[in-house]
Amino acid sequence: MEAYQETNFFATLFIIFISAGLTNNILLARFLGMCSCLGVSKKVDTSVGLGAAVTFVTATTAALNYLVYYYILVPLGLEFLKLITFIVVIAAFTQFIEMVIERYSIKLYNSLGIFLPLITVNCAILGISLFMLNKPYGFWESFAYGLGGGFGWFLAIALIGGIREKINEKFLPEGLAGPGITLIIIGIMSLAFVGFSGMIKI
Amino acid sequence: MGTILTGIITATVFLILMGLVLAILLVLAEKKILNYGTCKISINDGNKELEVQGGASLLSLLAEKNIYIPSACGGRGSCAYCKLVVSEGGGQLSPVEEPYLTADEIKAGVRLSCQVKVRNDISIQIPEALFKIKKYRARVEHKKVLTHDILELRFKLLDPQTIDFKAGQYVQLTSETYKGRESVMRAYSISSVPSEKNYIELNVRLVPDGICTTWVFDHMKEGQEVTLSGPYGDFMLSDTSAPMICMAGGSGMAPIHSIVNHMAEMNIQRLCYYFFGAQQQRDLFYLEELRKLERDHEWFTFIPALSAEPESSGWTGFRGLVTEALAEHFDDLTGYEAYLCGSPGMVGACEKELKKFNVEEDKIYYDEFA
Repeated sequence: MEAYQETNFFATLFIIFISAGLTNNILLARFLGMCSCLGVSKKVDTSVGLGAAVTFVTATTAALNYLVYYYILVPLGLEFLKLITFIVVIAAFTQFIEMVIERYSIKLYNSLGIFLPLITVNCAILGISLFMLNKPYGFWESFAYGLGGGFGWFLAIALIGGIREKINEKFLPEGLAGPGITLIIIGIMSLAFVGFSGMIKI
Repeated sequence: MGTILTGIITATVFLILMGLVLAILLVLAEKKILNYGTCKISINDGNKELEVQGGASLLSLLAEKNIYIPSACGGRGSCAYCKLVVSEGGGQLSPVEEPYLTADEIKAGVRLSCQVKVRNDISIQIPEALFKIKKYRARVEHKKVLTHDILELRFKLLDPQTIDFKAGQYVQLTSETYKGRESVMRAYSISSVPSEKNYIELNVRLVPDGICTTWVFDHMKEGQEVTLSGPYGDFMLSDTSAPMICMAGGSGMAPIHSIVNHMAEMNIQRLCYYFFGAQQQRDLFYLEELRKLERDHEWFTFIPALSAEPESSGWTGFRGLVTEALAEHFDDLTGYEAYLCGSPGMVGACEKELKKFNVEEDKIYYDEFA
């Protein structure tokens, strides 16, 4: 904690970003956001597309939820409503993003297909918004934490997508194809990420 | 006590306000962002051109321009009636559509028009017959009880006042909202004859908890106005003189009733055997009328079959399934045409039986409903 206070502002943000993304990876260390990860990680480009969308939504909703929590819920004494409020804010924001993607990048819209609504219920996004309240963060730190968490999810799904693309499922036992082998891959990868944990305390 | 109450009130007010503000913002954003401007729909290689406001489904935009594509599920992508060929500008096939299309259809550019969003100029193919489909305002003339679960509805057409249809076709009835259930469109075959141009009659069977049938049974009143569209469907009398087997069950009576009455009226003297399946005598309707038709016309034979009639009753007709009745009357049906109408299970069983008796597959016409 002392080291944390001595470093300057931008370095702090950077450390929060790196630690949220790598040492406390939301997907590989906390196993959040699993359903959309299993669904969409078949190809690298859709993985990257969804990952980028999730990163964007996570970072923005972390900032939005920070403002909502400290400037609306706390003054009104309604902290206990944070869960439902965050869900609604995230859902509305995702709807908005869906509209924007549909209008301006029809290709991305089509490739995300029915998984777009999944962003709404992606627990990684809600998780980041809730976790950030446990830490003594200000606005920018929260934003960096959200960005880092989203980036971690992005990194994980892109890596998983890359591995799945290389796997020839023909050689797998029938029951293992699809989600089965993906879960095993995620398990092995998370072993590596558990190795990072505790390197940076935030 | 006071603080708890204030807490509850603040929380409720906060949640309501938050929902309201976000909903308003989203509606505004939708208007602003999902505005595709004017798009052109070119129909049948430029024979007809429509200018529409983009952003909605092809099905609804065509309906706006009074071109009614058949649809039973109201645009949810679950009935697959609204198939159309989209030759250009339809965008990518969505995962909702894929299960309903065969590989050949996908190649030919067939899409579910309720799932195609018009975002740019688009060209499509519509069969000519669909242009005849109109939307009608009609008044409920009567609601007559036929059996314990089937009603006869008679509508007088108000606007437009006449309809041109072929015996065997169906219309779609739009239900009104009641008790929080949404308005839906459901397909019902016409049971009256085409020569009666100002009226149509339908046989509606109560589907337990069905949105539209519950509305018809419990909420529709004689004298009220309703919305219909039609005529739809290609289940109709062929142009040949081949002998016919008709098989129906329940409200599947309607199109066959229309067809045989039409034949009697037009003096079309094709040999016709009509097998009607029901459980008990109380499920039979139009019995006297069809028996009279049988007496008056040499070519028509009516064979009701009851599958669950009590042994002790005075029923002298056939006991058993329609398929068994068919097997008892015939061993070979080479050269016959078959007209089936009923539940998918019944239609499937009849089709199998008919093929056994050498009815050619493309001579079996059916109208299936779930």
